[in-house]
Formats: sequence, structure tokens, C-alpha cells
Amino acid sequence: MAITQLHELHTRRASRNLGLLGVLLAFVVLVFGLTVVKVERGESMEGFDHQPRISLTPKVEGQ
Amino acid sequence: MSDISFQDRTGEAGAGDFLALLKPRVMSLVVFTALAGLLVAPVGVHPFVGFTAIIFIALGGGASGALNMWYDADIDRLMRRTASRPIPAGRISEGEALGFGLGLGGISCVMLALAANVFAGLFLAFTIFFYVVVYSMWLKRRTPQNIVIGGAAGAFPPMIGWAVATGGISVESVAMFALIFLWTPPHFWSLALFMRDDYSNAGVPMLTVTHGRKVTRTQILLYTLILAPVAVGTAFTSIGGPLYLTVALVLNALFIRGAWRLWRRDEAAAEAEKYATEKRFFYFSLLYLFGHFAALIAQKAVLTLGFGGW
Repeated sequence: MAITQLHELHTRRASRNLGLLGVLLAFVVLVFGLTVVKVERGESMEGFDHQPRISLTPKVEGQ
Repeated sequence: MSDISFQDRTGEAGAGDFLALLKPRVMSLVVFTALAGLLVAPVGVHPFVGFTAIIFIALGGGASGALNMWYDADIDRLMRRTASRPIPAGRISEGEALGFGLGLGGISCVMLALAANVFAGLFLAFTIFFYVVVYSMWLKRRTPQNIVIGGAAGAFPPMIGWAVATGGISVESVAMFALIFLWTPPHFWSLALFMRDDYSNAGVPMLTVTHGRKVTRTQILLYTLILAPVAVGTAFTSIGGPLYLTVALVLNALFIRGAWRLWRRDEAAAEAEKYATEKRFFYFSLLYLFGHFAALIAQKAVLTLGFGGW
């Protein structure tokens, strides 16, 4: 059912919703930016994944 | 059936009310000092990573503000200065503030750990714990030394900024901590001298109430005297230099002179001129802290350009 009467509290609720929208968009931008920076600098993004991985094992002398 | 909590609430909170929960003015100090800690560190940080780190340090500070307002809602209702905060004014319920603070605190610590390093994230978590549990819950209502220990929470941000860059703690970051830590008591007690807030109604032991105003003036002078060697001594660590030393010498001389004047006054004289000297000292204390950290940043800039170091 549509709201027929607007109250002052609806404007406050709208400001809260818009605020949340802005915060979520900013969060997306931050995480995306961080990803770009970290990938471009070639940081190790791999972690332990339940089996040995050659890229993560320490180098052995003489090989 | 009547429901008092329902009548207390005037309605929906706006976005601004949630912003007020974050204590934006405290946040600006956190942002500035954390940025200083990050900039003066010997290790460079990618600008975007630094920017993200500062944002989440600020949000972590905001989260502790929200949790503080949740815990202190009962005494905030009793004091003129705090009665219009969102919870006492009935715009946000206590449960909402608690959830908001916990959620925001968790997100900011995890994000700082991911953006910078795990140590910085843990340090931020410890800072929030210290402000909310050690200061708000344990000390604030028990001892007149509350703001001395509580000041430690406000002194951690430059150490977190330093940890973002270096991943650890060092003499320099402890010096920046000590600067804010020792600055807090004279700053806050000079405010207490002229605000004459209704702390006693709220049952918060404030030094001016429990030990009298004369003792408070003595304590201000004592802390200023301990602060000066720390502030000047920082000039001889790796983040200091001639520029910082000059600024520190001038600011500390003025600060001690101000504290000396406060100490010499009696209440009648202070009341006669409506606490003008106390107010001047309080506003100067803001300039004092800003000046030191601005000087550290400027010193770093000068060093990077290749001159002005020891």
C-alpha cells in the first residue's frame, strides 16, 4: 500500500538511506582501489590453501 | 499498557545523528595525528593505502565515540553540555548506538589489517578497547585521574599511523604518544576550570570537584613541566630536527608561562575577569598540539628535500 501522507520523519528516514548509500559506494571504491594498488605492486596475494604450493615454499639452495 | 521507552523517542534518526555519534571533532584530531605518525615514519606508504588507512583509523575512533555515548547515555542526560547528544535527546536508541559502534569498530579494524598490516589492525582494536572499557567503563566514574589514563586512548593514533608504515613500535612513535598523553591533562583541566559543568550531578569525579580548583591549577602546572622535556626531547630522535626544535622551544615556553599564570591566580581574580586567562590557555593548548605535529610533518618535508636535518 502506498504511503498517502508524508511526515517529517520520512525526510529523516530518507537522509539515513541516502547516507547509507553514500557509505556503501565509498566502501566499494576503497576496496576496489586497494585491490588495484596491491595487485599492481605485485604483493603476494596467495595464502595457505590446504596443500603445498610451489610459489609459497621456501627456495632450496643449489636449485 | 504504557511504554516509556516508546514515548521517549521522538522518531526516526537522520544521517546526521549517526554522524554525531562518531564525535566528529575528536575525529579531526585523530585524523591529523594519525596522518602525522604515518608521514614522519621512515618507510614510505602508497598514497592510496595511506588514505584508506587514515579513513579506517578515523572510523575506529568514531566507533569508540559511539560506544562511549552508548555507555554514558545515563550521565549525558544529566549534563547541560551533553544533553543534546543523539541518545539523551531520544533520536537514537541505546541498542542502535551499541550495534552501530560494534559493527563499525569491527569493520574498521579488519579493514585496517587488510589495507596496511595485521599489527596496525590489532593496535586499533586495542585502542577502541582502551577507550571504551578501560576509560569509559572502569575509570571515568571512579577516579579523578580518569582523564589522565583516558588520554592514552587519544594518544594512540599517531602510533597507529606509524605502525601502518613500519608495522611496529619505536622510540619515535612512543615520543609522539607521550606528547599527547601528557598534554591531555592540562588541556582538559583548563576546560574544567571555566566550563563549571554539572559533573557532580552526574557523579563523575572531576579533579576540580573532588580536590578543588587550587589543586587543579597545581596539577596543570606540573603536567606542563613534565610535558616540556618530552616535547623538546623529541627533537633529538630521528623524526626531529632544528625546525621542530625551534617550534617546540617556543610553544613550550609559552605553554609553561600560561600554566604559571593560571597557578598564580586565585578564584576571585579568575571569576572577576570571567576566566579569560583560563580560556586563553585552553585555546592555546589546541594550537600547541597542532603546532608540534605540524612541525614534525614540516621537518620531514624539509628533510626529504635534502636539507635541515641534524
